[in-house]
Amino acid sequence: MAVSNRCEQGEWVEVERVLLEPADRSPNLPPETAEKPLLLWSKGFATASAALGEELTVETMTGRSVTGRLSAINPGYTHTFGSPVPELSTVGRDLRARLATWRASQSAGE
Amino acid sequence: MASAFDQIMARKGEIMLRALGMDYGDFERSPIAFDYEGMMEAHGYSIDQIIAIQAAAGVGNTPLLELRNITDLVRSYSEPGHGARIFVKDEAANMAGSFKDRRASMSIHAAAEKGYAGVIAATSGNYGAAVASQAARHNLNCIICQEAFDSAHVGQPEIIEKSRICEAFGAEVVQMTVGPELFSHMLELLDETGYFAASLYSTFGISGIETLGYEVANEMMALTGAPPTHVVITHAGGGNTTGTARGLRRAGAHGTEVISASVDLSGLHMASDRDFNRKSFTTGHTGFGVPFATWPDRADVPRNAARALRYMDRYLTVTQGEVFYVTEALAKLEGLERGPAGNTAMAAAISLARDLPADATVVVQETEYTGAGKHHWAQLNFAREQGIEVRLGDPRENKPGTAIVIPEKPEQIRAIDFDLVRLRSSYVRNALSHAPEGYVPTADDIAFLAQDTNSDPEFVEKTIATLKEA
Repeated sequence: MAVSNRCEQGEWVEVERVLLEPADRSPNLPPETAEKPLLLWSKGFATASAALGEELTVETMTGRSVTGRLSAINPGYTHTFGSPVPELSTVGRDLRARLATWRASQSAGE
Repeated sequence: MASAFDQIMARKGEIMLRALGMDYGDFERSPIAFDYEGMMEAHGYSIDQIIAIQAAAGVGNTPLLELRNITDLVRSYSEPGHGARIFVKDEAANMAGSFKDRRASMSIHAAAEKGYAGVIAATSGNYGAAVASQAARHNLNCIICQEAFDSAHVGQPEIIEKSRICEAFGAEVVQMTVGPELFSHMLELLDETGYFAASLYSTFGISGIETLGYEVANEMMALTGAPPTHVVITHAGGGNTTGTARGLRRAGAHGTEVISASVDLSGLHMASDRDFNRKSFTTGHTGFGVPFATWPDRADVPRNAARALRYMDRYLTVTQGEVFYVTEALAKLEGLERGPAGNTAMAAAISLARDLPADATVVVQETEYTGAGKHHWAQLNFAREQGIEVRLGDPRENKPGTAIVIPEKPEQIRAIDFDLVRLRSSYVRNALSHAPEGYVPTADDIAFLAQDTNSDPEFVEKTIATLKEA
């Protein structure tokens, strides 16, 4: 099925908006933050059909209206546990062995 | 012309007065001192009422487990007669997976009782999940504002998971890029919706944590015949230390040493778009721990109920690599797979226990849930993608944002004492700098500062004199 770049009214979508331009931001920010606009993403039900990048108003879960550019349609989550970390792979095996050795030495000494 | 940020911040007092349903002005005594205990008692809930409210909310009464394998591991390399018994309070067993449920349950109870239609909190941490979960049980609308991404829309897996879980509980999640304007936007939303401010730092939230210290003291009495000799507490904004210590005292555990612990993230700027994804811990770190200890009233409420310096006897820092190592060890040796940030105190406790006599008892008073994203593997894989070196070696070579050094053996886990005198002096300097120029502290102010820094009037006076000379 082709991925549509258009949402229909009522679909669950995400919009992106610029909340503060650099000039409107908090004072005393480090330069790498101060030079960027403050961006915001809100999810909700599309109030109209729109294409990605077009302006759209969504109705959020609490019933608020938020307007921004359509940035995702039916946005989900793809975060994972990731691959095993080689530096940690032997921790369990080695510590259990150490524990067994130490406990054996303790009972031998009794 | 004032910026949009300045305009909304100028209305903070007025918006928060309505959103908290409580006038903090009632407790002010001077530009420096206020009636802390009076403020804490103003909500009128006794500890027994809080326990009952939390029981109804599905919160608290979590298992206290003795970690016999970790204890023996520590004893295997301690001096003879050393190696304290280590216990953990498995707070991940709370409904939304962390001790934050205790905080949220009281805030949401208050919001419902006061008749608010919804709640708002600004948090990228476990507190968001806790607020969302409790709000769902009370049929309250919920908005969670999260600092989630850098300006390239990249976020740490740990925070992405926290966005997901809030949505799973039906909350509206507002995800933002890096910056303190998270709080100014929260004010705008409070103003727009008329919802309750479920602040992390309200008296409701902190009172809700008192049951944790209370349970720890009573359960250790039942298990060992005495309160714990030491309690180790992961420290960020100060609520965990404050609430737990107050609960211990309520249960009569006045002799228990209260030890706060944070991951050392020195050198990374908390408001930096560049450093944001180079912090491999999103909480429990010195980037919150130090500024909130030295100036608690930087919070989103007029007076912060979390005042960690009042209660901490020691403040230990551990490295990122030490905490990730301990997280792996805890799963493998004790069958407890838990989130890494909550294991900060565990790493500190393993270091501490080694130097204590074998009959001492050390309680780590929390764990947090784990899952996709919120896992030490996910955080380490992400760190590598950000160009951070991950390697085995001496944890002393760990450099936040540059290198995460995983210990090769448990003996290498050595927590470092943060100088409390430095923290206390810094707090006094901050308190003076927030008073009007030329204001001369009174005897009442000195007494307040001594209490708030867990020091004495002589120390405060000496510090003020030194500051004047400088």
